[in-house]
Amino acid sequence: MTQAATHRAIEAVWRIESAKVIAHVARIVRDVGLAEELAQDALVSALEHWGDDGVPNNPGAWLMTAAKNRALDRLRQDALHARKREEHGIELDALQSHVVPDFVDALAEASEDDIGDDLLRLVFTACHPVLSTDARVALTLRLVGGLATDEIARAFLVPEATMAQRIVRAKRTLTEARVPFEVPRADALAPRLASVLEVIYLVFNEGYSATAGDDWMRPALCAEALRLGRIVAELMPAESEVLGLVALMEIQASRTAARTDAQGRPVLLMDQDRSRWDPLLIRRGLLALERAGALGGARGPYALQAALAACHARARQADQTDWVQIVALYDALAQVMPSPVVELNRAVAVGMAFGPEAGLELVDALAETPALAQYHWLPSVRGDLLAKLGRRDEARAEFERAAGMTRNARERELLLARSLGLANR
Amino acid sequence: MRFMIQVRATTTTEAGEMPDDDTLMRRMDAYHADLVKAGVLLDAAGLKPSATGWRLEYRGGRCRVVDGPFAETKELIAGYTLIQVRDRDEAMEWARRFPAPMGEGADATLEVRQLYEAEDFPLDAPAGCAAQSSSSTRR
Repeated sequence: MTQAATHRAIEAVWRIESAKVIAHVARIVRDVGLAEELAQDALVSALEHWGDDGVPNNPGAWLMTAAKNRALDRLRQDALHARKREEHGIELDALQSHVVPDFVDALAEASEDDIGDDLLRLVFTACHPVLSTDARVALTLRLVGGLATDEIARAFLVPEATMAQRIVRAKRTLTEARVPFEVPRADALAPRLASVLEVIYLVFNEGYSATAGDDWMRPALCAEALRLGRIVAELMPAESEVLGLVALMEIQASRTAARTDAQGRPVLLMDQDRSRWDPLLIRRGLLALERAGALGGARGPYALQAALAACHARARQADQTDWVQIVALYDALAQVMPSPVVELNRAVAVGMAFGPEAGLELVDALAETPALAQYHWLPSVRGDLLAKLGRRDEARAEFERAAGMTRNARERELLLARSLGLANR
Repeated sequence: MRFMIQVRATTTTEAGEMPDDDTLMRRMDAYHADLVKAGVLLDAAGLKPSATGWRLEYRGGRCRVVDGPFAETKELIAGYTLIQVRDRDEAMEWARRFPAPMGEGADATLEVRQLYEAEDFPLDAPAGCAAQSSSSTRR
């Protein structure tokens, strides 16, 4: 193997193994920032050793051992310093025993072989509510996803320095807030899991429908979110909402090839060429949804959204869509996740199931909702319903209003084209 | 990006027999479990011997059905594992970890191939025609 090839191989090993290594070390030192540093020290030492000897047969175990040894060295040093300070009459309490646990305990924990639990602790810590949403997303991609800071910065269209600072600050916040490195239990679990799923779905959506700029989709972020979702689903096999989210993402991702036309312009769901939907991802999504249902989670917010996506996935042609079923699912979703956006989508479904007049009535009832005041989808939906009712001038005005509200250049083009199409008829 | 790790057939697989290594199945299962835990496994399957399959051969504008088995054993596929990873190097690393498919010490071949993705086809070509139209649609 050439040196360059070895280097690339080591980087690939790092991306595959880093989350597990950081997680395991974090359990020993009780600090994810420090754990990442120690894991990276192990990587540097791997680069030195493997550069000469080649990548070992079990590179993951090598990295793990090297990082663990560094962590234990670190604890030994801290314990030594503690004893010295004690000799000098300094109180042990000042050493924050919650941060540096008893050395013997740490050794015992380090020998326990439960990487899955560690990884789950890392996921929950990176998504801890003490952090802002932006910080959670950045830290999750960095620590769990193994992405480099510049990659995360590029994905979120911010300068690398900004992203680096965000990550440093997030790690410091976790340390200062003394966030325990653990999987929350009992009543604490549900809201914390919701935070984890929210972060993953945010990453997915950032890739799926870029909120700004000219890129309609950044496939790498979608793939990353899917990977994170699949990992958490494996770690928490009894949590139906994780499966619901995975199902939702798999089915949405199945439409990737059909969502843009030859010129890169967005194609709406009803106009997509369904032969381009990925049947493997649909199958995986339907299976995950089925498993969520078998766990009794069919009424969870993500499972319901996945069930909605599944209705479209099951329809071989757009006109075979079961809109009555979709209305029923939106009814259920509005119960567990009341939101004007859900109401708006429900109005669209009602328009399809029971005619544009029925849909328009519901949309008009939402017109004054403050939460939708800046939401371009509202005038866009209204325009669509008006067009179907033959009220073309009103429809045009709505499409133009929607175009003025969206931040996505491609979407704006699409809306203006619809407006123009009505004028030329 | 997606890669398919293909296991090439041997006389053993073509005979419908398991390789003579009783720990192989366990190592295969462990490997695929690792793929699932890492969130990279999309699909995997073993294929029955070519004796159970057939070919459609297009010659001079005519199509002929030819029943298996087929002679060129080394060119046949005995199984595949489909993974979704971030780059080629990750695919290489996962392929490296694939257990020796015919058991420790036995000759075998794995072949790794990358799949075409939507972004490989900027023009409006149906996905199913990917392979045939690639030369005309890619610039």
